[in-house]
Amino acid sequence: MSFPVIKGASYSLFHTPEMTVHQGSNQTTERLTNPNSEHFKNLQKSLRSFDDFVKYPPNQVYIGNIKPDMLKCHKRPWYEHPMEVASTDGAFGAIYTEEELIALVKIVDVFDLVVLEESFQAATKVKLEKRQELQIIDKLLLKLDSKGVEFAELERMVNDDHAEGLYYSGRLVGCVKKAHAFDPVLTAHVMFENLVSKATAAVNLLQMFTKTKLRPRDIDYIIETSEEACGDMNQRGGGNMAKSIGEICGCINATGSDTRSFCAGPVHGLVQAAALVQSGIYKNVVVIAGGSTAKLGMNSKSHIDKNMPALEDCLGSFAIHVSENDGINPIIRTDVVGRHTIGAGSAPQAVITAIVTDPLDRAGLKLNDIDKFSPELQNPEITVPAGAGDVTLSNLKMIAALGVKRGDFLKEDMERIVNEKGMPGYAPTQGHIPSGIPYIGFARQDIMNKKLKKVMIIGKGSLFLGRLTNLFDGVSFVMEENTVPEETTTVSKEEVRSIVAEALKNLAQSL
Amino acid sequence: MDLENQARIKGFADQYGKDLVIVLGAGEAQAAELAAETVTQGDPTYAGPLAGVQLELPVYHAFELKDSVDPGVYDDQAGMMEMVLDVDALVESVKKFRA
Repeated sequence: MSFPVIKGASYSLFHTPEMTVHQGSNQTTERLTNPNSEHFKNLQKSLRSFDDFVKYPPNQVYIGNIKPDMLKCHKRPWYEHPMEVASTDGAFGAIYTEEELIALVKIVDVFDLVVLEESFQAATKVKLEKRQELQIIDKLLLKLDSKGVEFAELERMVNDDHAEGLYYSGRLVGCVKKAHAFDPVLTAHVMFENLVSKATAAVNLLQMFTKTKLRPRDIDYIIETSEEACGDMNQRGGGNMAKSIGEICGCINATGSDTRSFCAGPVHGLVQAAALVQSGIYKNVVVIAGGSTAKLGMNSKSHIDKNMPALEDCLGSFAIHVSENDGINPIIRTDVVGRHTIGAGSAPQAVITAIVTDPLDRAGLKLNDIDKFSPELQNPEITVPAGAGDVTLSNLKMIAALGVKRGDFLKEDMERIVNEKGMPGYAPTQGHIPSGIPYIGFARQDIMNKKLKKVMIIGKGSLFLGRLTNLFDGVSFVMEENTVPEETTTVSKEEVRSIVAEALKNLAQSL
Repeated sequence: MDLENQARIKGFADQYGKDLVIVLGAGEAQAAELAAETVTQGDPTYAGPLAGVQLELPVYHAFELKDSVDPGVYDDQAGMMEMVLDVDALVESVKKFRA
């Protein structure tokens, strides 16, 4: 069996303080129920500058400039101890300003729903022209050559036509218009959310083309795994975000589809990608997702109460390239896939058993055979002050505790196991973004550098939020060091035997 | 506490009165305390249906019921989490809201 490989991973972040204030769902709800709320004034004061955002240690980890384990010895709180050396360019991707993102939203809009104020559009175009990843696709920036609108017209559209305002540095610089007169799923706000998700996924896929050898034409299939839904009132989640993103990125030979399962969606997507490649249906599959504006500032009230910066001020995106076995890149062990079945039960113990130990048991592996577990990687500085605890640490403790119950580990070794086999969380609380996926880039590097042999990637999802089921969800797979496939060795031996036999036969005949 | 859960608890309280017992499964003491306060004193955030509603329901954390349930069931459902969570802090955070 020739397992598929993970050939590349890219990750990008987008600093979005104005979207946090104007479009985060907690803020939009507050604006409806309590328009004069003190929260808006407090939130404005708690927002970070772009420079602070770039120097924030977890953000440098996310784009690949420092390893997650480095955070263990970095002084806490991280927001008070910025990196001395930091860059907007990372080994895996980049950090974008809100100004750049707004122009990118215009670039990915194919229905002329996004309009920008003329001076903003012209100034931002000059900045984007310097970005290498945007030069990969011909005429990508052409959209910014069209004439922008005057400020008064923008104001009119936002105030009178229900357009969604786009703000930068405290001023209105653009808007997203509604896409239909009455359709509740084509409102300006829904279109804004979908276009931002599309833009963040698309530019990060372009990052992958600059950071790896993958080219747009090489991609056969795209699986989009965000938590957004695009469609109209007759098919609210019709899709296809994947193809809309591939179209922008020049993936002319690709088709694609969307996969959803709340935060577990990306890991489901990767298992599907692995199956598509291993079966031979497609050679190159990318699993992608953009960011979620609704989740911006989700816990900002708690952060403000504790005199912290509002740390949920950014969007994240990722792309993972799954390809045929090249004998070099880490394989996806498709025979060690964990799944939370419908009948498994929702108690934490049942979930961890189903997605962590059951697949290992089926493959004859022990918990100790896994060098690193990558569960949900939410940044604890965001979740702990909000009363949600250290999600990553809790997951790692659960794995260790289950190991103790099963006799894999001694109870007194729990702390050491958690420390050795885990890592601190560092991803923004964007739902699908932290779910095991952020570590794949580092895991790939460390497996190829022979520092790790096996890494388990775990995604979990809260399906009950959709109010259709009380079920939980979880899925996992194992990345492993690539060795020469066993079948190849066997075939080679047979070939040698056959050649030797043929030679002996010829010799006998000649005698 | 989730606004939807507040509405459901209020509905159950209207239906069953003081016969209703609340069992929490929160993993963080702060969250457990907030939930316990909500079902006894009312929603301290004044955001949900229990804002200003003092139900004063008996409230327990699931860990407190260890001796009241089948040991096998408890071990399957909560044994692992007992090793993961700060049981004492969770129990204390809920206990103080019981008369």
